[in-house]
Amino acid sequence: MCAQERPPTQAGAHSEPPPGRTVLDERDIARALTRISHEILERNKGGRDLVLLGIPSRGVPLAHRIAERIAAVEGYAVPVGSLDVTMYRDDLRLKPARALMRTDIPSDGIDDRVVVLVDDVLFSGRTIRAALDALNDVGRPSAVRLAVLVDRGHRELPIRADFVGKNLPTSLVERVQVRVADTDGVDAVTISDGSDGSDGEAQA
Amino acid sequence: MKRHLLSAGDLTRDDAELILSTAAELRDLADRPIKKLPALRGRTVVNLFFEDSTRTRISFEAAAKRLSADVINFAAKGSSVSKGESLKDTALTLEAMGADAVVVRHGASGAPHRLAHSGWVRSSVVNAGDGTHEHPTQALLDAFTMWRHLGQSRPGGLEGRRVAIVGDVLHSRVARSNALLLQTLGAEVTLVAPPTLLPVGVETWPVETSYDIDRVLPGVDAVMMLRVQRERMNGGFFPTPREYSRRYGLDARRMAALQDHTIVMHPGPMVRGMEITADVADSERSVIVEQVTNGVAVRMAVLYLLLGGNESGA
Repeated sequence: MCAQERPPTQAGAHSEPPPGRTVLDERDIARALTRISHEILERNKGGRDLVLLGIPSRGVPLAHRIAERIAAVEGYAVPVGSLDVTMYRDDLRLKPARALMRTDIPSDGIDDRVVVLVDDVLFSGRTIRAALDALNDVGRPSAVRLAVLVDRGHRELPIRADFVGKNLPTSLVERVQVRVADTDGVDAVTISDGSDGSDGEAQA
Repeated sequence: MKRHLLSAGDLTRDDAELILSTAAELRDLADRPIKKLPALRGRTVVNLFFEDSTRTRISFEAAAKRLSADVINFAAKGSSVSKGESLKDTALTLEAMGADAVVVRHGASGAPHRLAHSGWVRSSVVNAGDGTHEHPTQALLDAFTMWRHLGQSRPGGLEGRRVAIVGDVLHSRVARSNALLLQTLGAEVTLVAPPTLLPVGVETWPVETSYDIDRVLPGVDAVMMLRVQRERMNGGFFPTPREYSRRYGLDARRMAALQDHTIVMHPGPMVRGMEITADVADSERSVIVEQVTNGVAVRMAVLYLLLGGNESGA
C-alpha cells in the first residue's frame, strides 16, 4: 500500500490499464479488504485462533494483506499460508496436467483453529469445494470461513462466502479479472465482455 | 509433456523444470498427516518388472499410491513370462486389464520404446531402466537432489554447475540418462572411469571424460559414484577390486579435496569399501538417503504430469 498519492479515478499509472471496465480500483480494494478484516475479527471475537489460507495465485497476496490489517488492529500476527487445490479439482481430467502451486500450511497446523479461506473471485464454487476437500487432508479446523474479494454469482454448488468485498452481478459470458500489485503490478478488478481474450480468473 | 517417458533426452528444459518444480511441491506431502492426494483416483498403474529392482519398484509403488492410483505389480519371476510369454502378449494382457500407465523395467535396451511405439498398448509408458540404456526417473531424482542443494537459491538453477560421474559408466544406464538430463539443464558433466569402463561412442555424449579422479574432484559441485556392476561383467575390466577402489573409489582423503558445498551422491545400491568408503557414505556431504526420499516425489510428479490431465481435451 505504498501509493496513496495516486489519483482515485484510475489505478495503476505505472502499468498498462487492464482491459475492460474497472469496477474496483486500488482504493476500493484497500477499503474492501479493511472492512473484511474487521468483519472477520468481529465475527470471530478476535483473531487468536485464526489461520488465513489464500488460494493461489491471487488469493495468497490478499490473505497476506488481510493479515497485515488484522495485525494492525489487534497487535499480534495471525498465521498465513496458502492452499493449492489443483489436485482436488473436479475438472482435472478435462485439461492437460497443470503445474502445481505452492501449498504452505503454517507450522502450528490448522487443527481446532478457525480457518479463513481467501480467494479473489467466487464464481461456480468449485474451487472452494476442492479447497474444502484439500483442507480435509491437512487437518480438522474448528470452523472454515470464506472471504472473497468479488462474488460474481452463478454458483453451481451450495457454497456461499462469509465475507465479500463486492457483490458483482455479471452475465456468464463476461470475464471478471482481479489484479493485485504483488503479481500483476497493479490493484484492480475489471469486467469485460469476454471478447478480448484475456485469460483472467473467470473460472475461479 | 509427451505421453511417455522413455529417455531423459526426450525432455526439453521446460519439461524437466516442470517436473522438478512439481516434485518440489509434492515433496512436502511426506510431512503431512495424510500422505495422499486424489489426483489419479481410478487410474491403474502397472509395475512391469522383468528384472529385479526392489527399490525402484517400491518407489514407483509408493508414488502411485500417494496419488490414489491403483497399483498392479507384475514381476517376471514366477509369472507367465518365465513360461515363455513374449513382451507383446504380456503387453496385450495388461492392455486388456485397462492399465493407464505401464512402468517397465527390462534387461533389454529399448524394450520400453518397443512397448510404447508398437501399438500394443494405449497406456503411457514410463521407462524404469532398460538394459544399459537409460533410467530417466533416476536422472530426474538426481537432478532434483542437486537442484535442491545447488540450484534452488540461484537464478538459472543448475546452469554452469559441474558434476562428476565416477565409476562403471559402461554398464550404467544412470550415467547416460544423467548426462543427457544435466546437459539439458545446463550443467557440465565429467565422466571419470578407467578406459575399459567407458562405453564405445562416449565422445558423442555431451560430456567430458577423464581417467584421473584426483584432477576432477576439486572443481566439481556434485560427485556421483556409480556401483561397479559385476553381475554384468564377463571379462577383465580392471585387475583387482582393490586396485579399482584405490584409483577410483571415494575415500576420506579424496573427500577432503572437495569444495565445501560439494555433495556426494550414489544411485544405490552401493557397495561400501568398493566405490565408496563407509565414512564418506555416512558423512555430512552424503545425500544418498535424501535421494531415496526425492525419488518418490519425482516419480509422483512424473505420474501426475503423464496421467493427471488430458492432453486432447485442452
